[in-house]
Amino acid sequence: MTIADMVRVLHARVLCGQERIDTPVYTACCSDLMSDVLAFVNEKTVLITGLTNPHVLRTADMLDLKCLVFARGKVPGEEILEQADEQGLVVISTKATAFTACGLLYEAGLRGVPIEWPESEDSQ
Amino acid sequence: MSATLLHAEYPVESEDYTRAGEASADIKRKLKQLGVPASVLRRVSVASYEVELNLVIHSDGGVLTLEVTPEAVRLISADRGPGIPDLDLAMREGWSTASETARSLGFGAGMGLPNMKRNADDFSITSEVGKGTTIDMGFRLA
Repeated sequence: MTIADMVRVLHARVLCGQERIDTPVYTACCSDLMSDVLAFVNEKTVLITGLTNPHVLRTADMLDLKCLVFARGKVPGEEILEQADEQGLVVISTKATAFTACGLLYEAGLRGVPIEWPESEDSQ
Repeated sequence: MSATLLHAEYPVESEDYTRAGEASADIKRKLKQLGVPASVLRRVSVASYEVELNLVIHSDGGVLTLEVTPEAVRLISADRGPGIPDLDLAMREGWSTASETARSLGFGAGMGLPNMKRNADDFSITSEVGKGTTIDMGFRLA
């Protein structure tokens, strides 16, 4: 799947990075908790989120993410979009809720990040 | 001791959410210029952002130090307090004492310390209530 396919599936609006929408995407994660997102180290992951603050961009930068999807029609401020463009991100916004956006993308073949979590001693 | 290729110190202020992440962005830029491989760079970046956020969210302020030798990248976070009363609890996934402000920005999921430990090749933490906390992380390059 490419970002362009995601735009079609989600009836999304491209907010920045139009020239990069043919970038392939392999996995997705959906979270408003950047702490959780930081635990998914995979640069080919798309992040679906309802948060539009600068920390979403910082998190994306640290992980080398290529695409952000803002759910529920959220659109961040101009400054954030300019920063996103500088980082080489594609940012899209969909009217779907995060849950529906995930469902549509999953149905279209996109899957979650595989997690290899080490066994913790106190997991029983 | 091997030659130091790079040494940088970043003061990080308590509750300075606006600038939180700037040190990590600079660290990432510097390491990229040095040609640190992408797989190591991502792990360092994640750990550095987590530790920088911890300084902002939990500490009374501190300093994040970056040291690079041909063998390893080292990140040391040393703060001025308040110290962690129960380190075992702090290391547990999901445990967090983050403020509402931190949580509203998407942090405080209780993943910070475990995530640092997971990304670093070497990880150590020492803390004394009333004095402060030091986190030392190493990432092997060779």
